[in-house]
Amino acid sequence: MLSVERVSKRFGGLLAIADASLAVPQGAIVGLIGPNGAGKTTLFGVISGFLPPTTGTVAFEGADITGEEPHLRARRGIARTFQIVQPFAGLSVRENIAVGAYLRHARRAEALAQAEAVANLVGLRPMLDGSASGLTVAGRKRLELARALATEPRLLLLDEVLAGLNPSEIRDILPVIRRIRDGGVTILMIEHVMQAVMALCEDVYVLAQGRMIAHGPPQRVCEDPAVIEAYLGHGTAARLREGAHA
Amino acid sequence: MTARDLLPIVALVVLLAVVPLFASNVLLNFLFTALVVALAAQGWNLLGGFGGQFSFGQAAFFGTGAYMTAALQIRLGVNAWLAAGLGILAGAAVAWAIGFMAFRARLRGSYFALVTLAFAEVFRILANASDVTGGAAGLLIRLDPRPANFQFESRAVFAWIAIACVGAVMVLCRAIERGRFGAQLVAVRDNEDAARALGVDALATKLRAISLAGAITAAAGCLYVQYFLLINAQIGYGTWISVEALLAAIVGGVGTVLGPVIGALALHGVGELTKGFASAITGIDLVLFGLLLVLTTAFAPSGIVGSLARLTRPRTA
Amino acid sequence: MYSPEIIGEAVVNGLLSGGVYALVALGLTLVYGVLHIINFAHGALLTCALFAVWVLAAVLGVGPYLAILPLAALFFALGYALQRLVIGPASHGDDGNALLITLGLSIAIENALLAVFHSDTRALGGDAAFDVVEVGPMLVSTPRLIGFAGSVVVAALLWLLLSATDTGRAIRAVAKERLGANLVGIEVGHIYAVTFGIGCACLAVAACLMMPTFYVDPHVGNAFVVVAFTIVVLGGMGSVPGALLGGLFVGVVESLSGLVLGESLGQLGIFLIFIVVLLFRPKGLFGAAA
Repeated sequence: MLSVERVSKRFGGLLAIADASLAVPQGAIVGLIGPNGAGKTTLFGVISGFLPPTTGTVAFEGADITGEEPHLRARRGIARTFQIVQPFAGLSVRENIAVGAYLRHARRAEALAQAEAVANLVGLRPMLDGSASGLTVAGRKRLELARALATEPRLLLLDEVLAGLNPSEIRDILPVIRRIRDGGVTILMIEHVMQAVMALCEDVYVLAQGRMIAHGPPQRVCEDPAVIEAYLGHGTAARLREGAHA
Repeated sequence: MTARDLLPIVALVVLLAVVPLFASNVLLNFLFTALVVALAAQGWNLLGGFGGQFSFGQAAFFGTGAYMTAALQIRLGVNAWLAAGLGILAGAAVAWAIGFMAFRARLRGSYFALVTLAFAEVFRILANASDVTGGAAGLLIRLDPRPANFQFESRAVFAWIAIACVGAVMVLCRAIERGRFGAQLVAVRDNEDAARALGVDALATKLRAISLAGAITAAAGCLYVQYFLLINAQIGYGTWISVEALLAAIVGGVGTVLGPVIGALALHGVGELTKGFASAITGIDLVLFGLLLVLTTAFAPSGIVGSLARLTRPRTA
Repeated sequence: MYSPEIIGEAVVNGLLSGGVYALVALGLTLVYGVLHIINFAHGALLTCALFAVWVLAAVLGVGPYLAILPLAALFFALGYALQRLVIGPASHGDDGNALLITLGLSIAIENALLAVFHSDTRALGGDAAFDVVEVGPMLVSTPRLIGFAGSVVVAALLWLLLSATDTGRAIRAVAKERLGANLVGIEVGHIYAVTFGIGCACLAVAACLMMPTFYVDPHVGNAFVVVAFTIVVLGGMGSVPGALLGGLFVGVVESLSGLVLGESLGQLGIFLIFIVVLLFRPKGLFGAAA
């Protein structure tokens, strides 16, 4: 469904992503992991249209969308969440979600109804009429999710949607993500929370220092020495290897 | 839109409409001028209050509306009503052009304010020097008070027309506030990237807002020139209207539907009172305006309407 | 067309005026660089300073050059108080509010001056404005030369202050990283006020240097606001060398376009430069991004 071919992104002298490729099949939940500063959010920026790549292409359902503006990608059915959640402060929770709903529903009544339905799905029903800026971190994450879902996407890009949540909040949101996929939405998620990646993703890509260094099912990727080295560093990885042999 | 949405607007319009029935010419003059400023302020508010882009150059649209209306009548003999309509369109076009240049350059905040100010000043200088606009002397519309000429013997009729315009714009703003365009505009204001990711074409939204703002403010200019029959560079493109429009909206309540109207009436009321008490001191009313802007921003940022709403709203959890 | 001498004179005079414009712009760019607000009251404060120079001269008989030190001190205090007591508290930390507050102040100050002094134009009078000195084949206006020299001296002093004193270092720290500066014990509110005060002091000095060749009425600040903003945007918001180079450039452009286009349209050139720079290179030559 989504095909990223050999994308590089250069900022002046800094090569943030080098020759990265990934493919997301329809109906899958795919993970994108890697140590901090690897370039994951930059790659998301390229995929969602906020950053034009220096080289490489992005294709969605066969069409080349490399140069397209974010709002046009949303119309195609690609939605993304942001790592740092900023709700629309002037609007209530319901109205926040409605902004997303307005993409497919021109009339206020329909948009608000859609907003309410989506809020139900992510568990925000009790907060609907409250102010969006009064939500907790967990609430804001759900709002971010709801807003993106309201645009009725076929591909959902989640940028660290679990960051800042405590274990019980994570445990509560995992089934929500599964429900979304079961409803027909393909998901590509950046995550640091390994338990979630293991539990949710069928396929995982590992980005380190701008390059894709591994790809495969989560179990296999986590045991890949290159991945361990990327996360823990050369010395620790070597010690772990020796420890395994000893 | 529900009846409840429209009730405050209707109430205000009715209240205002009653005044010309018994008012003196002096009062009508005051009312009309305040309403012209109110209209300009409503234009400002659409872009600044709902859209979050503070323009310091509403004069560019006001003057364009006024000059276009006057010039078409004087130089080409166009019917006054048609000329006014074209003046409004011209205001919208100028606004679109300025918006296109500014928003494509991703200007916002202070930089946007500065560039709108600069454009207004450029217009002023050009209008002052050009023959089409009558140079420094400006343009005079010939006095011929017939309804077909958009001129009336009775000032009350002018006042009612102004009230009708202001009322219509209030209804328009309420409709926008409750609809898709309004939601998208506020979203772009509060978090442009998030809005774009949700499918909102930020540039198109901002352009629509500024074009509407331009049209509304231009309408104020058209009304002004039909009443006073005189336009020159200082009146049309001078900073006074940019400042008063902004001030009225902020004092009345930025981002509210009734705010600009209430603000304009309040401000002009205060201005007249001050001039009444201290008429010997030139510019004393403007000193007060300046101080009011500071005080409002410092202590009552939601303006008159906003503060009243906060007092009457039940506390939510 | 125009003889090289006339053009040369226009350029030189433009450079000299540009030096003083740079001084005016310096205050503006410093305030933006440190406080991140665009001080819309800058023009009105300049008008204030010009009137102060006139009052000292006409009423107390103190010449403009003698007035430099006392007025600089006075305006520093005024600026400090304005930022500490009015602008800072009223804006609640929001830059958007600061925009409106400085606008409000500008309206209040300009019209207060109008109320006190009325619209009459005032000048220092006397013949000092017409003194010239021969520099090669050209006749250069003496007061303008003094003005230029004065600006250079002030700019140098400012550079010294910023680079070599503790206060200067604190100012640069706050400009770069406000939170960090706060955490290491720098009192940010005080630094903001000091910076604003310095900006106003620059205005006072500029006023003293300008008055001999100029005039003042309550609206004169407006014209300077545009020139100052154009310089700041051209040189880059927050850049001191940018303000200096920008000032010289704008001075020359104004002089030349005044020569070619005449008075009324001369200002147009400045506005157009302003718009073009804002639209196509808001960073200016050396400055921070919009």
